[in-house]
Amino acid sequence: MKFRQRFYLAEVLIGLGVTAAHFFVNLGRHTAHHVFGRKTVPGAVTFQYPEERRPYSPRLRSLHRLVRREDGSPRCVACMMCETVCPAHCIYIVAAEHPNQDIEKYPERFDIDLGKCVFCGYCVEACPEDAIRMDTGILEFSSYSRLGMIYTKETLLALEPAGPDGTPRSPISIPPDRRP
Amino acid sequence: MTPTMAGLGIAFGRVAFVMLFVLTMGGLLTWVERKQSAVMQDRIGANRASIFGLRLLGLFHPLADAIKMLTKEDFLPARADRTLFTLAPFVSVVSALVAFAAIPFGDVLRAGGREIPLQAVTLNAGILYVFAMLSLGVFGVMMAGWASANNYALLGGQRAAALMISAEVAIGASIMGVAMVYGSLDMMEIIRGQGAPLLPQWFGDWIPKWGIFTQLPAFILFLAAGMAATKRIPFDFPEGESEIIGYFVEYSGMKFGMFMMADFVETVVIAGLTTALFLGGWQVPYLAGDGFRFPWGATVALAQPLVALLQVLAFCLKVAVVCWFLMLIRWTLPRFRYDQAMRLGWLGLFPLSILNVAATGLVLVAWRGP
Repeated sequence: MKFRQRFYLAEVLIGLGVTAAHFFVNLGRHTAHHVFGRKTVPGAVTFQYPEERRPYSPRLRSLHRLVRREDGSPRCVACMMCETVCPAHCIYIVAAEHPNQDIEKYPERFDIDLGKCVFCGYCVEACPEDAIRMDTGILEFSSYSRLGMIYTKETLLALEPAGPDGTPRSPISIPPDRRP
Repeated sequence: MTPTMAGLGIAFGRVAFVMLFVLTMGGLLTWVERKQSAVMQDRIGANRASIFGLRLLGLFHPLADAIKMLTKEDFLPARADRTLFTLAPFVSVVSALVAFAAIPFGDVLRAGGREIPLQAVTLNAGILYVFAMLSLGVFGVMMAGWASANNYALLGGQRAAALMISAEVAIGASIMGVAMVYGSLDMMEIIRGQGAPLLPQWFGDWIPKWGIFTQLPAFILFLAAGMAATKRIPFDFPEGESEIIGYFVEYSGMKFGMFMMADFVETVVIAGLTTALFLGGWQVPYLAGDGFRFPWGATVALAQPLVALLQVLAFCLKVAVVCWFLMLIRWTLPRFRYDQAMRLGWLGLFPLSILNVAATGLVLVAWRGP
């Protein structure tokens, strides 16, 4: 070590200069932000999470949704591809006869157990009808019970795709048992 | 002063001011610690505690902390010494609180035919009293370490004792230079001495004779040793959150809170001492007893209570600035290892402060004649 480093005091002063510079620059930015309303340069890198979300990538795999036809019924034809490919066995489908002969089948039940789901996205890739997607941008779906983690067809059909920077556009449904 | 009701009231007021000042500063420091570190590290810091939706930059967090600590379980380990275990935090916090009593926060206030010294207790050896009280704090820490019946607590207590002794010695030795320059152990006299101009034959009346100008090496040594005496980062190996939790490992609830408070109050005391000894205490530059007398000849006459008020405000401001600086150091430097801090204390700070005393003595003799 050089003498200057062994002596410690000069190095301490340099370090203090760095941190003090950060302090005063950020303080000035916060003042500009809160007092003068200039919000061009943020004073902190923090995202105030529940109110502010950081932008998500469009490739993000978030909560599933079932894509609707124009009449609002699911596009899914209950071919069981997703149920078969799912490595976590978290999809449960009950098929039923569709009144339209060309469509043949529709899911009477379509449940996803999110407590088991590993978010691999295989179901989305396996689907021949583009009927299931993982683009809602919703990441908050915890529950106080295992039952609350099972999302049914009606819930999944009601979800909307996320906005351009990944902000969810559908209301995040909170199951009753999630409220403490 | 005769023990009349008015005299008693004034004495009570002086003590109450100091107590309130120290406790408020100590409480505020928990907020400053969070917010200042956040601003230094490009973060926002604690801002969620609110009353009726009012957040006030997180100023309610100390309040929320106090409520949390008071409502937590007060746990007593099975093999702990009940009396010592309970007594330890009180010894720690009381010795830190009373240490501020001898530090003056203003000159005399002349009102109603009385001369009130703005100081909780007038002592002619005030510095020694402050050191005695600061050293008493180590007893609380050692008691806590011993009474917890926990090896880590004992280790922390030993480390704290070793650290505080090495720091106290360096503090005492570095102060001697100041006491020699101003020729007194009375804090009030030292601060009055700092109002005089520094080297008037060279600088005129421009530079006040503050301790930081006359005793710069002592200032640096004192600040380093003072940080060690508060047991905070970079000298926090008695706690060492990542290795041994330290002497308060078995404490919970408000007893733990009192140890934390003692640390913060000690920071305020060190800041107050630094202000009083090196930054001119309550002195405002160019402010005499009857108003401003600027070195370029202008004068502004002020009433005596107004002068006293300005001096008290100056003292509070200086203490706040020193607290800020101590926090800056605390959030910049990493922790010393135990042996590194011991080497710094006994082989660095202590000999250097003795050297400073000798050099000061030589200069004083050469300057004033024997």
